[in-house]
Amino acid sequence: MIFEGLNEKFQNIFSQLKRKGKLNEKDIQAASREIKLALLEADVNFKVVKQFTKKISERAVGQEVLNSLTPGQQFIKIVNDELTSLLGGEIERMDFINGRPNVFMMVGLQGAGKTTTAGKVANLLRKEKKFKPLLVACDVYRPAAIKQLEILGEELNIDVYSEHDVKDPVGIAKRGLKKSEEGHYDLVIFDTAGRLQIDEALMEELVNIKKAILPTEILLTVDAMTGQESVNVANEFNRLLEITGVILTKLDGDTRGGAALSITYTTGKSIKYIGTGEKLTDIELFYPDRMASRILGMGDVLSFIDKAQSMMDEETSKKLEEKIRNQEFDLNDFLDQIKQIESMGSMNSLLEMIPGANKKALKNVDLSGADTKRTEAIILSMTKEERHKPGMINAGRRKRIAFGSGTKVADVNRLLKGFEQSKKMMKQMSNPNLAKKGRMKLPFM
Amino acid sequence: MELSLYERMRNKLIKTKDNFKEKIENVMYLGNFDDDFFEELEETLILTDLGAESAMKITEQLRKKIIETHAKTKEEVMGFLKDILTDMVSVEGKPQTTPMIMMVVGVNGVGKTTTIAKLASRYKKEGKKVMVAAGDTFRAAATEQLEEWSKRVGVEIIKSTKGADPSSVVFDAIGAAKARKTDILICDTAGRLHNKVNLMKELEKISRIVNREGDGFNIHNLMVLDATTGQNALNQAKVFHDCVEISGIVLTKLDGTSKGGIAISIIDEMQIPIEYVGIGEKQEDLIEFDPKKFVDLLFE
Repeated sequence: MIFEGLNEKFQNIFSQLKRKGKLNEKDIQAASREIKLALLEADVNFKVVKQFTKKISERAVGQEVLNSLTPGQQFIKIVNDELTSLLGGEIERMDFINGRPNVFMMVGLQGAGKTTTAGKVANLLRKEKKFKPLLVACDVYRPAAIKQLEILGEELNIDVYSEHDVKDPVGIAKRGLKKSEEGHYDLVIFDTAGRLQIDEALMEELVNIKKAILPTEILLTVDAMTGQESVNVANEFNRLLEITGVILTKLDGDTRGGAALSITYTTGKSIKYIGTGEKLTDIELFYPDRMASRILGMGDVLSFIDKAQSMMDEETSKKLEEKIRNQEFDLNDFLDQIKQIESMGSMNSLLEMIPGANKKALKNVDLSGADTKRTEAIILSMTKEERHKPGMINAGRRKRIAFGSGTKVADVNRLLKGFEQSKKMMKQMSNPNLAKKGRMKLPFM
Repeated sequence: MELSLYERMRNKLIKTKDNFKEKIENVMYLGNFDDDFFEELEETLILTDLGAESAMKITEQLRKKIIETHAKTKEEVMGFLKDILTDMVSVEGKPQTTPMIMMVVGVNGVGKTTTIAKLASRYKKEGKKVMVAAGDTFRAAATEQLEEWSKRVGVEIIKSTKGADPSSVVFDAIGAAKARKTDILICDTAGRLHNKVNLMKELEKISRIVNREGDGFNIHNLMVLDATTGQNALNQAKVFHDCVEISGIVLTKLDGTSKGGIAISIIDEMQIPIEYVGIGEKQEDLIEFDPKKFVDLLFE
């Protein structure tokens, strides 16, 4: 998992640096080596890693770090700045044209997610820019690829131009463009077949499509899980087609996404969007600083929320929400919730994703598995009635429960207090004015 | 037949091989096996996506071997390196006795459906009665894609509608396979990222159905892995294996410039063999993975 890997490593390095008052060259060297290994593990291309670590070392060995009061912090800042600038620095947005159609061309290897992404982009820009989009199906090779785009169009209620039993993608592209002009579409997205960058014939075909439609954007779609090859792929597509931007897909996985760094570094082209899920609305703008922070372990609230959300399915959360509204939430539900959180991985690892949650402070918060077990034991030592109406648990009952669960009365008290607090919190959250879209996120957040 | 397949693999892998061979040869050119040499070798190995850890491990093993044997020539050192790699990728596979159910799993876009078409074509040519099940009921036109392939290959397909429960498709397919005395049933599943707990639970359920209903069948779960994938592939393999017990891997898209080095790390760490290698988009572009030949070809 990402948070046990790169972040962990960086945090180890930096916590070592933090402990020392001052940095020496040796420290930086050791840290650079760790950073190098961590980046390699994150699939950043070897050559990029080499240059990156060299830059970091050069900057760090200077006064900047040595004279600063908190060398560790200063070092983190240098690494973070450098990573952010490598990833594209300031957010670069696409320019849109009014008056003539914005013509996008999707290119990339097989299985990168071009077709799905084409649908996602069309849908997003229709919503944001009020464009009238048209999708053009130019993948004549993969069986049912055209059908796939048609189905996406149907689901999104977006028009699709396609020709069946025609094996000439350049011709389809031309006729698609013509259709877009006649139909007054202001965004046309051409989906092309996946191909290897070394397949000369198929790359030539892309060049011909480009000539025929004169795209305003050529978007290279790349799988975020790509390894060392990302550099070769991006370079070759860029060399032959002069891509204008990159879309990184499948970032909802646990890949560390080093490809993002390699690609922007070698091509100088920025990442415009990222794909973050299977739903057609799962597309987001790319934020270089966020990506850098994610890599550096400074927390990523989005990942945290995503993870929490994906764990709780719609139905359970609806039921839960109802219970909270009707104030029926009892200790049985509380236990269920704890178990659900537990299945997400350790609570501590989740908390580490929150920016500002510092590791030292977290050490004092015992949310480890052992604590969950204890809570479970305490609740299971209660009678059904007690679990349903915790208010009835008096001193005598508390003693009995503590005895039965092998804990102390203080533990039982703490649990009951915690439960009451969460209940209060949930009551506030279930207030329709506060709860977004009426859907519960996580009661304990 | 075998020879021609071997030749095909040879030709297809020439790109992969040349890169690797060329780099290794360059590294060995000077013939003095000093720290620079080992560093260069490490870098070369890392560039194949083998992973820093595995690369260091291999380099260390080679270093020891060279010191032990006082090896001096390029040929000797190359031989050692080959031995180390061959050793790493040699794992016994599960016997493919029929009747057999193959469940094909993997993350999105690795080439599961195409691989199934190739497998079906291959087994059909061997004279087996093959059936495919369209278990990807999620992705748009996934069923249509498999249907098109089943027509081209000429095998029977069991399918349902989009959004249907994939377990029920597989359940029906197993029933049909039993009734029609099918030798090999290959089940497609929707691509899923291994960190999506709910989707992995769904897969677990499909697997449960296969294990329960597939009484008397040899159950063989294949994970499809894209050769361009980096270090994340190891996570993928681990999580999928925890979920459905993978007995073999199919390494796809090896006709590109990717070396699929991560596969070596996966085999080494998990002791799951690579069964087949995908080298193109046509039905016949699937060849058996032979560890020894594979490593030989890397250095030939």
